[in-house]
Amino acid sequence: MAVYKFKTPISEEEIRKLKVNDVLYITGTMVTARDQAHRRALEHFKQGKALPISLEGLAVFHCGPVMKKEGEKWIPVAAGPTTSTRMDIFEDEFIKNFKVRVIIGKGGMGRRTTEAMAKYGAVYGAFTGGAAVLAAKAIRSVRTVEWFDLGMPEAMWVLEVEEFGPLAIAIDSHGNNLFMEVQKKVEENKQRIYQKLGLSP
Amino acid sequence: METANIVEKVGFNLLKQAVIYLPEDVKHALQKAYAEETSEAGKTQLKAILDNVELAERHQAPICQDTGTIIFYVKAGAGVKNLDKIEETLTKATRRATVEVPLRPNSVNPFTQKNSGDNTGRLIPYINWEIVSGDSIELTVMPKGGGSENVCISGMLVPGEGIKGLKKFVVDAVIRAGAKPCPPNILGIGIGGGADISIKLAKKALLRPLNEPNPDPEIAELEKEIFEAVNMTGIGPMGLGGKTTALGVHIDYAYRHPASYPAAVAFQCWAARRATARINSAGKVEYLTHRMW
Repeated sequence: MAVYKFKTPISEEEIRKLKVNDVLYITGTMVTARDQAHRRALEHFKQGKALPISLEGLAVFHCGPVMKKEGEKWIPVAAGPTTSTRMDIFEDEFIKNFKVRVIIGKGGMGRRTTEAMAKYGAVYGAFTGGAAVLAAKAIRSVRTVEWFDLGMPEAMWVLEVEEFGPLAIAIDSHGNNLFMEVQKKVEENKQRIYQKLGLSP
Repeated sequence: METANIVEKVGFNLLKQAVIYLPEDVKHALQKAYAEETSEAGKTQLKAILDNVELAERHQAPICQDTGTIIFYVKAGAGVKNLDKIEETLTKATRRATVEVPLRPNSVNPFTQKNSGDNTGRLIPYINWEIVSGDSIELTVMPKGGGSENVCISGMLVPGEGIKGLKKFVVDAVIRAGAKPCPPNILGIGIGGGADISIKLAKKALLRPLNEPNPDPEIAELEKEIFEAVNMTGIGPMGLGGKTTALGVHIDYAYRHPASYPAAVAFQCWAARRATARINSAGKVEYLTHRMW
């Protein structure tokens, strides 16, 4: 396990250094996107429309934050990750088209995303579910909010973060997927547990 | 006593305590898990959890952005007057907490999908009643997160398989849930009664402090056996691998119909939020879970 601290924009060369179980902290620009923002971004790409911000080399956070407005300024209150598997249907195209280097969320992602990460050079960083204050406190400022018509949780929040983490690298750019490895081990352990409890499989 | 005023104030305070401060027993269990976890990935997650708990306290911010569905448990003394006003009063307390703490609005009409915006709606906040002797009221709040609620299960097991069937039911549920309920979890297991009774017992069992095993030594032994079994799964903190998948297993039961073996598993995330207070007949309030208040 190695600890890395990267600044955005992150290059493909840097991202390829990371292996599963490494820990990453990110400083720079991070953009939130949940189901609706993913869908709209891919529609824009199809229509040849530019996104409000170029995502090349940036981190995308699966998060629907609680923000409060003080005057003209947005202040993050709580900003923990949401379940990433919902974005599995979009993420391979998203990585390919926008050259995002880091996807942040909780619960892991599937084979399609893992393959896209290996092909185009991106990683999945697991942020601790529920650790909403830890996340909010690493956000230095809210640069802007795009697509606010989607609602507060689904909008695209452009955030400036400082040492945002720890992100457990759970999918690297070499085809390794820690959640899938854990699932495989759990299936093996299940037989041992059944035996211990005197159960037939 | 002025039941309504006091209950509203206490209801608000309990909501605020619950979403900001984890109960001591849960904090201790997380600290112990951190000290004993051998997986590096798991340890990193537990460290982030403990850091987050501390930050939430320091900044008076909700531990998790999902401040849950609001559920109350009321133990009302038979001698207490104006019990019919308590539901309305706790609804008011919930509205106030939503604005002032703040809580995330989490109450949605299942037909129109419209969010009420204030954590109230038909039957929400939900109130579980219990009438006891005496003239004091014990109020408990459980703000219940959605991620862990989504993997709760209820089933009708085969009576002939007995406890073995139950053990398999629980282990399989934990494995199927995987990373989804934000482990390490507390598991509430309810047995018997009927489908509705078993799930209700399972959820209520989540309120028992982690350092209190079942008073029945045989059931306490079963709790320990299931606890050890689910921690052998290797799911670990946040599903990233490790030996801490559960912080505790609590069982409660009712007698069952000869032909039925209802069973249920209620999952609670590591942010196992709950708060309790007692209001006596003179209106004196004693906070039982959050004594520093």
